Amino acid sequence: MDRNALMMRSVGIEYARFESGFVAFDYDALMREAGDDPRAVADVQRETGVGDTPLLELRNLTALARRLAPPGKGARLFIKDEAANPSGSFKARRAAVSVKKAKELGFSGVIAATSGNYGAAVASQAAMRGLRCIVVQECFDSRGIGQPEIIEKARACEAYGAEVVQLTVGPELFTVFLSLIEETGYFNASLYTPFSVAGIETLGLEVAEQMRARTGRFPDMTVITHAGGGNVTGTARGLIKAGATDTAVVGASVNLQGLHMASDRDFNRKSFTTGHTGFGVPFAVMPDRSDVPRSAARPLRYLDRYVTVAQGEVFAMTEALARLEGLERGPAGNTALAAAFALARELDADRTIVVQESEYTGAGKHAQAQLAFARENGIEVRLGDPREEVPGQSIVLPATPELIAPREQDIDKLRRSRIRHAVKGREPELRRLLREPRDARDEQRWRETLAFLGEETKRDAAFVLETLTQTLAQQA
Amino acid sequence: MKTNHAKQGDWVRVVRTALTPEERAPGIPEETACTPLMLWVKGALLTETAAVGDEVEVETATGRRVRGKLETVAPAWRHDFGAYVPELRAAGQAFALREPERTGSGS
Repeated sequence: MDRNALMMRSVGIEYARFESGFVAFDYDALMREAGDDPRAVADVQRETGVGDTPLLELRNLTALARRLAPPGKGARLFIKDEAANPSGSFKARRAAVSVKKAKELGFSGVIAATSGNYGAAVASQAAMRGLRCIVVQECFDSRGIGQPEIIEKARACEAYGAEVVQLTVGPELFTVFLSLIEETGYFNASLYTPFSVAGIETLGLEVAEQMRARTGRFPDMTVITHAGGGNVTGTARGLIKAGATDTAVVGASVNLQGLHMASDRDFNRKSFTTGHTGFGVPFAVMPDRSDVPRSAARPLRYLDRYVTVAQGEVFAMTEALARLEGLERGPAGNTALAAAFALARELDADRTIVVQESEYTGAGKHAQAQLAFARENGIEVRLGDPREEVPGQSIVLPATPELIAPREQDIDKLRRSRIRHAVKGREPELRRLLREPRDARDEQRWRETLAFLGEETKRDAAFVLETLTQTLAQQA
Repeated sequence: MKTNHAKQGDWVRVVRTALTPEERAPGIPEETACTPLMLWVKGALLTETAAVGDEVEVETATGRRVRGKLETVAPAWRHDFGAYVPELRAAGQAFALREPERTGSGS
């Protein structure tokens, strides 16, 4: 079966319907496949005990941030304790909707390609709904040494009765994944379908509503760990649907610059298997490079800022969260927390920041386990200034909390890159369209393209036009 | 206790080559391209008896039948919390609050 037909059958969506035939596609229509109302999605999630997680105020971390901040600064920090979901992370929200869909469509099983918390989430939801489940993981290097964090996730999947297929490093995981879909006829519980992303809208909705109930207003900022883009996209959409349109949406990723995601050698030289720039950057600028024809996760449509943190900063925050707030969580889910702790110092003391997730912790998936593993793999672990950390060579834990300082990324640069990728292969036609006058059909295509790229990047037509003009001139 | 022999119905882990180095995708880093893509899966042994290293067939948790080389009999989870990392404790201590900052006495 050809790849597109296989995809269509395995997710129950005919993606060609949303294509305009040129650069643009109808994102809103794609998202409507999962329904428009996050409250209806929340009802589905309640059937399996997903969502309605506690919102906790981090009073002690706020007090510490205020000591380090200029007078009058130091926003109140809150965290959505998503570890309270059945499988221990917000991923249960995504899985709940996909697995329900699979059940409705009459599939006998679900399959997901993930080395992260999503595997356990799908396995747990499949167990609840009586479906079979396969999780495909990139887990080992060529020496057969597995990332402790991923091994723990495999254990969790098996605990829920799933079959776990584990592979060595490489993008051909996707080929194996496709052949398993073909062999089993299972539903592709992709992270990138509208079902998966709609599942996170309820998280944004809860953040908005719980904050309003607690503080009388929507949060001023939400910080979101960013990898494949679904977390940012779904949370932001939920906030908007709740009316929290002024809440700043900040993405945070662990900086793994310089490490190649398909490298057998680099695989065990990183301490984060998700939430890092190795996914965060490519999935922002090339969202459709996923396991479905058009990804529902399109983070640049929603991000206001994008920051990176060092591995050492996240591990230290994980320790601080346990010691100061009595919450042993993470570590990967604390990427946003590390950024938020520093960003709190920028904001006035009467402002609020929500870190919108936590995740469970355990053997393997723990700051201690991951740092010990890094050291065994030749990574230097030390105290110091995290800005000196070199991914793949060192992990620098902040010697003092004020050294936690996320690095602001040039988001306009990512937006320009998004535009360049979106028009790739269409440059000759766009060069023609750029020239006036245009006939009616060309005019429509041109306007549609500008509007689409504006939405894709959360920027205006002038920004899109300037970027397009530069792109087309460079390549001419 | 680690054993090298299994009989039908025993829970085992098998390994097989999903792609040889020659079959790997173009454009991947050299250090990856020169290795085969290996695949591991667990299941109940279908073969009557086997020793580690033998070609066998298993039935997985979803009922799939998979052929591979018998790698581990009664595979166990051995991941843990790792060796003690003193820097982690030191980093945590650096976050200590001063007395008036503690919950209840501050805000």
